[in-house]
Amino acid sequence: MTTAPPPPPAPPETPAWRLISTLAVAGTLSGLLLVFVFQATAPAIAAYKAKMLRLAVHEVLGGPERYDTLYLVDGEFTPDLPDGAIAKDFKRVFLGYGEDGRPVGFAIEAAAPGFQDTVKLIFGFDAAKKQILGMKVLESKETPGLGDKIELDREWIDQFKGARTPLVARKPGTDTAEGEGGIDTITGATISSKAVIRIINGALKDLGPAVETYAAGEAKR
Amino acid sequence: MRQTTPGHDFLRGIWRENPVLIHMLGLCPALAVTNTVENSLAMGVATFFVLCGSSLLVSLCRKFIPNAVRISTFILIIATFVTIADMSLEAIVPTVHKALGAFIALIVVNCMILGRQEAFASKRPVGRAMLDAVGTGFGFIIALFMMGAVREVLGNGTFLGYSVFGESYEPWVVMVLPPGGFLTLGFLLLAIHWLQRRRAQRRDAETEGELVARERAA
Repeated sequence: MTTAPPPPPAPPETPAWRLISTLAVAGTLSGLLLVFVFQATAPAIAAYKAKMLRLAVHEVLGGPERYDTLYLVDGEFTPDLPDGAIAKDFKRVFLGYGEDGRPVGFAIEAAAPGFQDTVKLIFGFDAAKKQILGMKVLESKETPGLGDKIELDREWIDQFKGARTPLVARKPGTDTAEGEGGIDTITGATISSKAVIRIINGALKDLGPAVETYAAGEAKR
Repeated sequence: MRQTTPGHDFLRGIWRENPVLIHMLGLCPALAVTNTVENSLAMGVATFFVLCGSSLLVSLCRKFIPNAVRISTFILIIATFVTIADMSLEAIVPTVHKALGAFIALIVVNCMILGRQEAFASKRPVGRAMLDAVGTGFGFIIALFMMGAVREVLGNGTFLGYSVFGESYEPWVVMVLPPGGFLTLGFLLLAIHWLQRRRAQRRDAETEGELVARERAA
């Protein structure tokens, strides 16, 4: 960076306490300032995140009347957390209800590696019919113009509505056997498209049984 | 210490000693986040804010900072302003914050900012330090804007999101990808150095012509 100029003729040694106190004062002041800024900005940041999640849940469940958050505790989903537990430590899904008060489906978040980086998405799942209700990519860094079509291509996204699980990736123009959830991959973005399908299938493998158990219990009530 | 005029302090950073194009400092953000005009401007403004804030504080405190811990103190001051910028961007323009990602936090290690503190703000009164910071900050914004404009127009066919060439344009996608950053910077530097050399040659030719004319007169 800057070339060091020749040191000035032996400046008087600064005592150690001055060095330490300078850094301590500077550190304390900067810490205090950051606390104020954090408190001022935190509500706006949290509100934006909550809003984005709410929009995503509404999109993949086809506009439910309301939705509840369920937490995975000891292998079972429950709307209530055990006492003293922190919500962040548990896997969660969102259960949406229609106008008649009946459940319409679960919104499940999932993430796994795509072509460039982790792809994070959310999808709606009807446990009784074993159907996907909708899919939305929340975060991805796929190649602009090719891989990012998993986020932008309406035609591709609409294929997920009503697709039966487990999903099967297929080359556009080929048929899959009856009853299978065939999804046409995007030309030029095969790896990204297959990643989305793999992420959804993987999440259903992990959470599907617990979700179905909860849905069956809900239906009986 | 070389004496300079206030106007010189301000103008120097904008073009003649542009941090990116001439000093070649702060190239990491200049390459990484200039894929659209919007991102370039947001990065430029965030860096501008950090640079001005740090220069102000460093210049104000320059008498109290012992020489032995000056770099750590500068970095502490810079990091504070970067964190403020990071939080404010996330609260005010979340989409831009998402696009810039880790590069906001990396403003801390932008050598352009530390360079201005070490070379200028820590040795000059507040007014001069601010003039220098504002000038250098503008220079940085201009350089990033030039990169962002070229890359977005060629790589996406848009400028600030508005279509430039219409539907028939096939985007030159590589320009918004990392290689496009290197290409754009390379051609930009080439053009600027070619211009500078041509100007210097013209100036030489003029002085030579004057000398000849004077000799003839004599």
